[in-house]
Amino acid sequence: MAGVAVSTTINGDHVEYLCQPDETLLDVLRDRLGLTGAKEGCGTGDCGACSIILDDRLVCSCLVLGAEAEGRRIETVEGMAHGEKLHPLQQKFLEHAALQCGICTPGFLIAAKDLLAKNPDPTEEEIRFGLAGNLCRCTGYDKIVRAVQDAANVMKGA
Amino acid sequence: MNFDPRYSGRNFSSVGTRPIRPDGVDKVTGRARYGADFNMAGQLVGRVLRSPHAHAIIRKIDTSKAEKLAGVKAVITAKDLPDLTDGDAGMYDILDNCMARAKALYDGHAVAAVAAVDARTARQALKLIAVDYEVLPHVTDVDEAMKHTAPLINDTIFTEGLEEKPVKPSNVTKRSQFGHGDVHQGFGHADFIVERSFKTEQTHQGYIEPHACVASVSSDGTADLWVCTQGHFVYRQHCAQLLGMEASKLRVTSSEIGGGFGGKTHVWAEPVALALSRKAGRPVKLVMTRDEVFRASGPTSATSIDVKIGARKDGTITAAEATLRYTSGPYAGTWAEIGAMTAFACYKLENVKTVGYEVLVNRPKTAAYRAPSAPMAAFAVESAVDELAKEVGIDPVEFRIRNAAQEGTRSSYGPVYGPIGIGPTLEAAKNHPHMKAPLKENQGRGMACGFWFNFGGQTCTDLNIGMDGSVSLAVGTVDVGGSRASLSLVAAEELGIDYSQVKAIVADTSSLGYNDMTDGSRGTFSSSMATISAARNAIKILRERAAQMWDISVDDVAWEQGHAVAKGDNHGNLGKLSLKEIAARSGTTGGPIAGHSELVADGAGVSFATHICDIEVDPETGFTKVIRYTVVQDAGKAVHPTYVEGQYQGGAAQGIGWALNEEYIYGKDGRLQNAGFLDYRIPVCSDLPMIDTQILEIPNPNHPYGVRGVGETSIVPPLAAIANAVSNAAGVRMTHIPMSPPRILAAIEAEREG
Repeated sequence: MAGVAVSTTINGDHVEYLCQPDETLLDVLRDRLGLTGAKEGCGTGDCGACSIILDDRLVCSCLVLGAEAEGRRIETVEGMAHGEKLHPLQQKFLEHAALQCGICTPGFLIAAKDLLAKNPDPTEEEIRFGLAGNLCRCTGYDKIVRAVQDAANVMKGA
Repeated sequence: MNFDPRYSGRNFSSVGTRPIRPDGVDKVTGRARYGADFNMAGQLVGRVLRSPHAHAIIRKIDTSKAEKLAGVKAVITAKDLPDLTDGDAGMYDILDNCMARAKALYDGHAVAAVAAVDARTARQALKLIAVDYEVLPHVTDVDEAMKHTAPLINDTIFTEGLEEKPVKPSNVTKRSQFGHGDVHQGFGHADFIVERSFKTEQTHQGYIEPHACVASVSSDGTADLWVCTQGHFVYRQHCAQLLGMEASKLRVTSSEIGGGFGGKTHVWAEPVALALSRKAGRPVKLVMTRDEVFRASGPTSATSIDVKIGARKDGTITAAEATLRYTSGPYAGTWAEIGAMTAFACYKLENVKTVGYEVLVNRPKTAAYRAPSAPMAAFAVESAVDELAKEVGIDPVEFRIRNAAQEGTRSSYGPVYGPIGIGPTLEAAKNHPHMKAPLKENQGRGMACGFWFNFGGQTCTDLNIGMDGSVSLAVGTVDVGGSRASLSLVAAEELGIDYSQVKAIVADTSSLGYNDMTDGSRGTFSSSMATISAARNAIKILRERAAQMWDISVDDVAWEQGHAVAKGDNHGNLGKLSLKEIAARSGTTGGPIAGHSELVADGAGVSFATHICDIEVDPETGFTKVIRYTVVQDAGKAVHPTYVEGQYQGGAAQGIGWALNEEYIYGKDGRLQNAGFLDYRIPVCSDLPMIDTQILEIPNPNHPYGVRGVGETSIVPPLAAIANAVSNAAGVRMTHIPMSPPRILAAIEAEREG
């Protein structure tokens, strides 16, 4: 099958790739572009481990086709830190031990970034519902919610 | 070398602090490499064909069309994994589970596999494999499987553990029994007796990372395996045995692991990936889909449990008895036996008897799940204990305190306890503000206790001191949730240096001696013991080198706060030598400085917890909401308290999911109907409140720092604590887990109708 040529922007960089028409954006990111930060936990949009931001919208990259990224803007976990300086969410996830195994962490960070972009001062309940599309099996979410609260406070002050 | 593992009280400087984990930055930036994040040059994609039938004879498999498809490089069936198990029944079951031989034994059982140039070709190839099945009657329910009319899953099984060998085969592989005293007599002394039957449904560990590996077998007989596992040394041993290799020729590297909880202690796909690679002559990457994870890996037992407990008016339990039936999938297991051992372990009992039955069913092979078998037994026992306390008229916490096991108590499963935490966790729960908080309408409070054995096992650790004085710690226990942080703290503590000077890694199977897997809450317990031992061995060398540098006797050199210190009246002007100074001179004082340790970490201290929870039940719909949750657990010594809290919270959350939502649902055709996260719903962020934790520290006498394992016990009490809370809120005793809205509603309606 002939590949589809795609031109897109990932974490601010111009990127071009060829992909199959039925190939998911998650597979393109992971297998063609080596961006393995987004994880496949289910492949059906239920776990949020593959969360990315596509034109300011939080999506599961396993539910988007690689071909659909043409002309769009993609943000992944790999683009969150600036050089050595971690994003406040990344820093607070570390300080609060908001990860145990860490497989869900990239998805949570992206989902939390999207949440705080839209609601810089969320209540605990708003955080809990805002992150309800991301599954974590290790932490019971307690420390994740606290890390997001703490990061929101830091980002408000910045 | 002589290593004394006994607890000795000390003031800690590193242990007990909360630094950032050494693998943290990689995990928040997406750099950490998990099972599916690794690739090799020339790699093929592996896929597995699975049985759609719960029970069927495999008459014939025709792979010829698949083999002819362009891009297919290997197709394998059971024939490509010949039986090399040499009479080892346990290994034969593992082999048969990896690839069905004569019969498919559950929906999802692997029957063939392909390796192809890409995923699409591999998927097409699977469709071209023709399997001729003869479908057999099946059984998935534990009680149904025990009936003499049930379809036989394996006609060579005659129940073990009976006084006489039975005449006929059955689905019960084994009967086991524990206890002491005379329960019949004990019940005779009881003023109140509660007797009830309970059921729990099968759940999955639900790790977010599916099983994944990359296998590369070379024609010279050596091989590499990259895999997400809780125990790469065990995987090496099992894979080498099943493929007829020498263990030393198979190098297994454990990737970062995206959750395991017991589910990544067993090989499934790895021998298949190795066999595909061997046949294709190229590396093969094999990643399970979520559907495959549910259908073919890891679930717990489904159970059916009868409990009978009697007590006097003063609240003393006079006798306790339980019969526990646990499914083990289509292969023999020891799950009911473990359940029978743990059932009454929290209590001091004169008369106790538990009997376990291991039951074969057409479901995936049961795998360990965090304190395996204990949560179901605790659900049944702690529900009955609560009910009995009510009948006697004593507060449930007080009732448990009166009957709690103590130091010196003979446990219900045999051993006599040393210092233990059940009493203290109960007292802490009793005095916790949560216990006194007011409840609103339709809310109920429940509490329950839990026990887990904990495990130690074989452990090997290397501690290498660099020329710059920094320390590399190589451990062989896979880090499932922060153990590199806790072990770095321990190394820093013992050497008297800063945490930042230590870098811990998990070494591959060719770089370190054998380690048992990370199970039984042993990661920090056993590897910290080996780390302390390795550090002490390194200190001995550091003292020798300092003595050499000073030209004095090593007996006059002590190690204090990261420095060699000269002792004795003659050496007053020698000052101190830091670890860094000694390391810098190592090239001229005898070479590299390192400490090694190989030990069996005996004496894992038993662990106890008490949980309290408040649940609100909507009487119109049966919908539940967890309002408040508190975990009190003994850690022995919390090395990194934040990650200890995380273990408590995570276990509680998994228990909440099990109690309220999660279950395998099989259709009449024996096929799993909810093999995905949409229909097998684990708790999400909006389902849960904050989970409060209280860490108690009752030192384990068999560890230098008093450490006990903390990972598993936290999943033991939740089923019962929540069942007690729901029962109190709804005014009806819940006896079937999960307590999904339809089950709660049915119980409320049955109660109304009387």
